[in-house]
Amino acid sequence: MGLFDFLRPKKDTASIARERLRIIVSQERGSRGGPDYLPLLRRELLEVIRKYVSVDLEAVKVDLVRDGEHDVLDISVSLSERDEGGSAPA
Amino acid sequence: MTQIIVVTSGKGGVGKTTTSASLACGLAQRGKKTAVIDFDVGLRNLDLIMGCERRVVYDFVNVINGDCTLKQALIRDKRLDSLYVLAASQTRDKDALTQDGVERVLKELAEDGFDYILCDSPAGIERGAFLAMYFADIAVVVVNPEVSSVRDSDRILGLLAAKTRKAEQGGKVKDSLLLTRYNPARVEVGEMLSIKDVEEILGIPVLGVIPESPDVLNASNKGEPVILEPQTPAAQAYEDAVARLLGEDRPLRFTQVEKKGFFSKLFGG
Repeated sequence: MGLFDFLRPKKDTASIARERLRIIVSQERGSRGGPDYLPLLRRELLEVIRKYVSVDLEAVKVDLVRDGEHDVLDISVSLSERDEGGSAPA
Repeated sequence: MTQIIVVTSGKGGVGKTTTSASLACGLAQRGKKTAVIDFDVGLRNLDLIMGCERRVVYDFVNVINGDCTLKQALIRDKRLDSLYVLAASQTRDKDALTQDGVERVLKELAEDGFDYILCDSPAGIERGAFLAMYFADIAVVVVNPEVSSVRDSDRILGLLAAKTRKAEQGGKVKDSLLLTRYNPARVEVGEMLSIKDVEEILGIPVLGVIPESPDVLNASNKGEPVILEPQTPAAQAYEDAVARLLGEDRPLRFTQVEKKGFFSKLFGG
């Protein structure tokens, strides 16, 4: 310690914590207030889609949007570039 | 006007009861008539931290059930005249607290002229935690600079914004963070989230930062809220938080590493 402090490698785990928290907190805030079935619906949709197309884990977005009198279930699936020419329906 | 403050966190063991006890003492020291209520039904602990565990005759649930009057159940603090403690019940029946019952007790305290009512929330997001926050005007979210505590705090902030009377009436509970177990030396070497990190992730400002300190355990061993040991940094940090609650502007203290002298730099320690 002291004089030889510089020999100890700096760990900087705090920045890892910060990044992990940023991601999980924003993700959890996004689903907050929505119906409880949304995360499960999203996961099952993702599984079905992945049977046919290879997509990222983040490719499926499911939101409940209020549109005037109605609630609209908004489902969007983004396909990565290389799949677009294939048989994947958009 | 009576102000109802909930001290909450989601995660257990972060310092809610320590904070409730010290904030309550701090407010009473400034002449505010203050009651502090333990909402942790089944796991009474505030009485130990306040050092009045042997004076508990009646508890919160007794008052709600009409087994005694509120006056009989309030324990007057031996150190501070304007401070009263209402202990949690040791019953295992988690449904013993009712929303109506809690509302009646809070209303009676307000009619008795209490300036501040502190609700010491249990951990978790169950009934006790919900009732502790439901009637609050102000929320103090106790958080450790550590991943699980920060995440749980965000969950609690979401509940404060949705599941409180204020929120249901279209208003907003005034929420703030109280960072405890803060260790500036570890922050400096990148081993601990900084105040700025936590503020940025959660998006609300800090009311206070309590440094990690052996004085806190020593105080709870004695049943003396740490704020009553005025020479300690933890006490001074809690005093600052109380001042900010009352609207004073105080700079943060004990959040930087103390500058070491040449010899301690050379030899460590």
